[in-house]
Order: sequence, then structure tokens, then C-alpha cells
Amino acid sequence: MANLKDLKIRIDSVKSTQKITSAMKMVAAAKLRRAQESVEAARPYAVRMERMLGSLAQSVGGTEGAPKLLAGTGNDQTHLLVAFTADRGLCGGFNGSIVRQTRTMANELKAAGKTVKIFCVGRKGHDVLKREFADEIIEEIQGLGRRSVEYHEAAGVAQSITKLFEDEAFDICTIIFNRFQSAMTQIVTPLQLIPFEPAVSDEAEEETADEGPKAVYIFEPEEDEILAELLPRNLAVQIFQALLESSASEHGARMTAMDSATRNAGDMINDLTLTYNRTRQAFITKELIEIISGAEAL
Amino acid sequence: MAETNTATTVEFELVSPQKLVVSEPVEMVVVPGAEGDIGVLPGHSPLIATVRPGVIDIHEAGKVKERIFVGGGFAEVSPERCTVLAEEATAVGDIDRAAAETRLSDAKQVLEGADEGATAEAERQIAIAEGLLAAANGASAGN
Repeated sequence: MANLKDLKIRIDSVKSTQKITSAMKMVAAAKLRRAQESVEAARPYAVRMERMLGSLAQSVGGTEGAPKLLAGTGNDQTHLLVAFTADRGLCGGFNGSIVRQTRTMANELKAAGKTVKIFCVGRKGHDVLKREFADEIIEEIQGLGRRSVEYHEAAGVAQSITKLFEDEAFDICTIIFNRFQSAMTQIVTPLQLIPFEPAVSDEAEEETADEGPKAVYIFEPEEDEILAELLPRNLAVQIFQALLESSASEHGARMTAMDSATRNAGDMINDLTLTYNRTRQAFITKELIEIISGAEAL
Repeated sequence: MAETNTATTVEFELVSPQKLVVSEPVEMVVVPGAEGDIGVLPGHSPLIATVRPGVIDIHEAGKVKERIFVGGGFAEVSPERCTVLAEEATAVGDIDRAAAETRLSDAKQVLEGADEGATAEAERQIAIAEGLLAAANGASAGN
């Protein structure tokens, strides 16, 4: 028979675990709200930046001497994968899904005979990926967005990527991050940053083809000068957006994970309490029987 | 939106990476373009321009209604819309002069110690800080 004292200790320990998980849930919920607000506030900028870049790319794209960030190096041999994970664990499948996606993409590219390089943003992704891709990881950054994600942090990441690109360390750059959908769902999103792919849907293309040259923009200064400024800025903005999305997703994932952990702990406490009470009852009954049968024997 | 030609206002949007700062129809807006100020009225030709650190003036009924400092960025103008992507945006009335001065001296220090690659960034910071100060001075002189 299970020892009453042992049961009591286990119940207490599960109770304190539950307290921790429920506190973590509260913290994540509060952080999630803030992160969600900043993601939503930042979306207009990224959307408009992309629109502007799209119209610029249409008028400059295809011409010779277009900036490399836009046109690419003309090669697709070396791929850089930038994996956005969290610094901390205990957030359900958040880090795992990014790692899995990165691994799949890296293996596919390798199978196609390409060279793969990996840039890890966040400690957890690096911890896992370094076991398998120790040689491919060329850079890692940790401790971004402790409090809230700042634009200059994203600009820093963008700068190191641009520098790698200028050093011809890679031809194509893809970022992999969790896009925030809701507290329950995060969508793992690979997004190609270099060369820039204007997000022009087929419909839109047809439309412009029908109407002929729709908007002929005046540029001030020249197209290429604007592009030279806009492209690195766009890189930073896209990374900023990815960081924000990722941080909101992280808090959402952690909140959900901690919520179910709290619930599981509650179930476990109920089970253990039931066993504890049964055992205690059985113990009392046994003692009573002993006393009665002792009295009868006299 | 069909009668844009007869419209008397242009949709003005000012966006910073952090948030949508302004989004409203305005009669005229003056944007500090890199190669000179650009006055945008309804029906302006499509234009994409870089923006230098400076002050955006929103005009209404022939008067300046609102003044907002931007730290450089890009502007996209179409006949019915004017979108400014600014790196940072502060209403001129809210500029903290002391903070701007610290920023200017910090940036100058960075420039002195900067190596080749970082010089451009430091110069940009100086330009922003100087713009901030000029805007703050202009505001107090105007009052």
C-alpha cells in the first residue's frame, strides 16, 4: 500500500509545479498582449514598404546593373537560412517546429547539391541545430527582444546579413520564423529576402498587363539611388517584422503550453488526492478491524 | 475613390516601423524631400522620393495644422495618396531639446571613434539630431 506520507509529498510538489506554470501563463499572457499590439502596429509599415519596393522593382527590375540585393548574384549555389527561435524553452512546439523546418529545408537543398549556411537567431535553435549542422552554422545571435523587440536590434541583424552578402558568403537568403496567427496557432513561414521577390500575385500582374503601364513614377533622386537606400532598409524592416511576429508567437505558444500544463497538474492533483483519501480510509478501516477483532478475542 | 480628380483632399499616411502615426485626408502636405521640399496636393503625379530628416507640415485651410518631425525615410505619392515611411516620427511640440542635444553630442563622439564602415551611420545620426534641434528651435521661434 502506498505510503500516506509519500502521497502527501507528491501532492505538494505537483501543487507547487502548478503554481509555477500558472504564474508563467499569466506572465506570457501579459507579454503576449504587448507583443501582439506591437506586431499589429508594425504591419502597416512593412506592407507599405513592400508595396513601394514592388513598384520600384517593376520599373528597375530586368535592367542591367540593378542592385544585387534586388537582382541576386545570378547564382543559386549557396543558400543562407536564418532561423528565428526563442532564447527560452517551455513554449510547446514553438522552437521545435522552426528547427524541423530548417532541418528539412537544409537537407532538401543539400540533396539538390547546394551549399547550405545557417544563421541562428535565438539560443534554442542554435542548441539543437549545432548537433546536426555544426559546420553549416556561420553565425548566431542571442538575447534579442528580452523586453520588447527594438528596431535597432533588427537593423543589427540586417547589417550582419548584408555584410555576409557583400562578402559573397551566400547567394540566396531565406528567413524562417513563426508568423503569429493567434495565441493557439503559429505558422512556420519561410520568406526569401535576398534577392527580393516582389509579392505580386498573378492576378495583379495580369491586371497591369491589361492596362498597360499603369503608374509611371517620377523618381527623386534617381531610381538606383532610392533603391540603394530602400533595399537595405527593407531588409531591416522585414527582419524587424519577423522578430516581432516571432516574439508574439513565442509568448502565445508559451501561454498555451503553460495553460495545458496547469490543467494537467490540476488533473494530477485530483487523482492523487483521491488515492490519498482512499488510502487513508482503508488505513482507518484496517485499524478499526484490528481493534474490534482484538476486543472480540477477549 | 472614382472622383479623385475632383477631390479636395489627399489621403496622407505617415508610418514608422513602430506604428501608423497619421492616417487622414489632408488638403496639402509638405514633405522634406532629399532634393527639396515637396508640396503634395490632390492629383499630384506619381512620385517616389527619399526624405531627409526634417519637418512635415500638414496644411488645412491655408494654415499649418500639424508639424511632425521625421528622421528620414521614403515618400510615395500618387494622385489620391501620399505615404511617408519614416524611420522615426515625433510631433514637433513633443521634441525633447535636451535629449536631442545629448543625441547630437553622442553621435559626434561615435563619428570620431568610428571606423570606415560606421562613419555613414554616425553621420546619418548627426543629421537626424541636427534636424531635431532645428525643428525644436523653429517651433519655439514660431510661438
